[in-house]
Amino acid sequence: MIVEKENTGSLHGLSIDGIRNAIVEERMTATGLAGNFYDRIKKDNPEIGAFLSLSEKRALTQAGLIDQMAAEGLPLPPLAGVPVAIKDVMVTRDVRTTAGSKILDNFIPPYDCTAVARLEAAGAVILGKLNCDEFAMGSSTENSAYHPVHNPRDKSRVPGGSSGGSAAAVAAEMAVATLGSDTGGSIRQPASFCGVVGLKPTYGRVSRYGLIAFASSLDHIGPFAKTVKEVALVLRTIAGRDPMDSTSADVPVPDYVTELEKPVKGLKVGVAKEYFGGGLDPEVRAAVETAIEKLAELGCEVVPVSLPHTEYAIPAYYVVATAEASSNLARFDGVRYGFRAKSNSLSEMYRLTRDGGFGMEVKRRIMLGTYALSAGYYDAYYLKAQKVRTLLTRDFDQAFKTVDVIAAPTCPTPAFKLGEKVDDPLAMYLADIYTVTANLAGIPGISIPCGENHEKLPIGLQLLARHFDEAPLLRVAHAYEQRRLSNLRG
Amino acid sequence: MKVTEKDVAYVADLANLELTGEERARMLRDLNSVLGYVARLGELNTDMVPPMAQVSDRYGENNDTSRQGSDRFAYAIREDVKEGLRKSLPHDVALKNAPDSDGTFFEVPKVIER
Repeated sequence: MIVEKENTGSLHGLSIDGIRNAIVEERMTATGLAGNFYDRIKKDNPEIGAFLSLSEKRALTQAGLIDQMAAEGLPLPPLAGVPVAIKDVMVTRDVRTTAGSKILDNFIPPYDCTAVARLEAAGAVILGKLNCDEFAMGSSTENSAYHPVHNPRDKSRVPGGSSGGSAAAVAAEMAVATLGSDTGGSIRQPASFCGVVGLKPTYGRVSRYGLIAFASSLDHIGPFAKTVKEVALVLRTIAGRDPMDSTSADVPVPDYVTELEKPVKGLKVGVAKEYFGGGLDPEVRAAVETAIEKLAELGCEVVPVSLPHTEYAIPAYYVVATAEASSNLARFDGVRYGFRAKSNSLSEMYRLTRDGGFGMEVKRRIMLGTYALSAGYYDAYYLKAQKVRTLLTRDFDQAFKTVDVIAAPTCPTPAFKLGEKVDDPLAMYLADIYTVTANLAGIPGISIPCGENHEKLPIGLQLLARHFDEAPLLRVAHAYEQRRLSNLRG
Repeated sequence: MKVTEKDVAYVADLANLELTGEERARMLRDLNSVLGYVARLGELNTDMVPPMAQVSDRYGENNDTSRQGSDRFAYAIREDVKEGLRKSLPHDVALKNAPDSDGTFFEVPKVIER
């Protein structure tokens, strides 16, 4: 029989290992913990808006299995009982999945995204699905067709996007870890805005099977959590080759958690002047420069590098991303799933379904991408952007010949106000200026908190590394985090 | 290159979007604003630069420049297995989300128009 040994009360400071140990030692049950998180969600979510759907039945079934294993004294899997939540662009068997869009309002997927299945197989308890910009297109989560997300650190501000719900749920302690997706910064930017850790792994590191595609050559799945160690634990669980995704790489998965403890002394950290130019908020610059000084104190060698094509990243990105999106979103036609508009002919059905089902930003990107791919403009836009993508990737190849990690701001500013940029798509796109290049090149990147501005808004430090170098990336992030936390404690 | 109302109508047609009059006006403004920014790509001389469609062939064992064309993507090929990597969904499950179906097929409005 399962008995609640201790009221878990505060959900603050819960760690993945701490939860597992508490369940093993019968100080806590997975079922009780899931209940506490649902209580928290029901109390706090109405004013945050991070969740779109709850999967209580599935969560309590999983928690019951974990508790039964614990009661029988069986060894528990690494994420046993850990309450997690999933960005609503990853399909979940029998749990509504909308991609933040009205066109999928009633969609109940018949299968699981591989990353979700791997989390559950490792013992995690899936609480529900998280709000995001429609089809992950946006930088503020204001493009959700359902409701906006309020930044838990300042509710008048955006949580960032497109994985705004994933960052806000961790920041508001409504989940211990979450999954998001990052096509142009959609994990790192909201992590920065909400003051949590977010990792975009290397292209191919994590299977995208079951991720509703936005731009296939740029889409990545990755974790959010409060600490680098939790992020490493989740990455270790979801990484690795998946036969269902031919773009997932057959590259061994190191134990990212034990790798964290290796020394960082002697690692070379590159600093590129192109990431500290005009448009960078002075307080963000100061916080990031202080963080880089801390890395030097930890024994890293700080080296200047050059990424000369950086200013061309946003224009190249918005051509490539919208071109791929216009093709990927052609599947939403009202035939097999989702919303269908009433109509008298098939061609009218396609048009009215897409017109009624998609929001303005999605239509804008489909239009941009279709234009860039259309006859007469292909060479000028799409082919040109692909060539510039090569130049941007060569910049990184060159820099990583001399350094192990590159340190930069995650975003040019802290979180902006809700409504501030909704009417100016170009201003919104420029919020991604420091993050899109890692997607174009496919290299891993992490955002970790590195301070606050005078309004107590979080600031993020971004670290980038070579393809498949998540281990040293996480190690430097962990060493910095430990140093910062010990300084804060005084 | 300036996007015109005619371009917007043509592209909306290609994309299977109808768009209201107001949406068309916004598209005209926004496409010109974003494409005006994109035009700065023209500052770069890329005559000798190969295009990059994706990143998977750039790292690890695939980063072998002696391999050309489809050989570079050999890693993505798997054995042909009769059942596929997983069994197909049962018919009723595959049709469960259909807006309209007769139990065997997806149903749509009449395709042939007069």
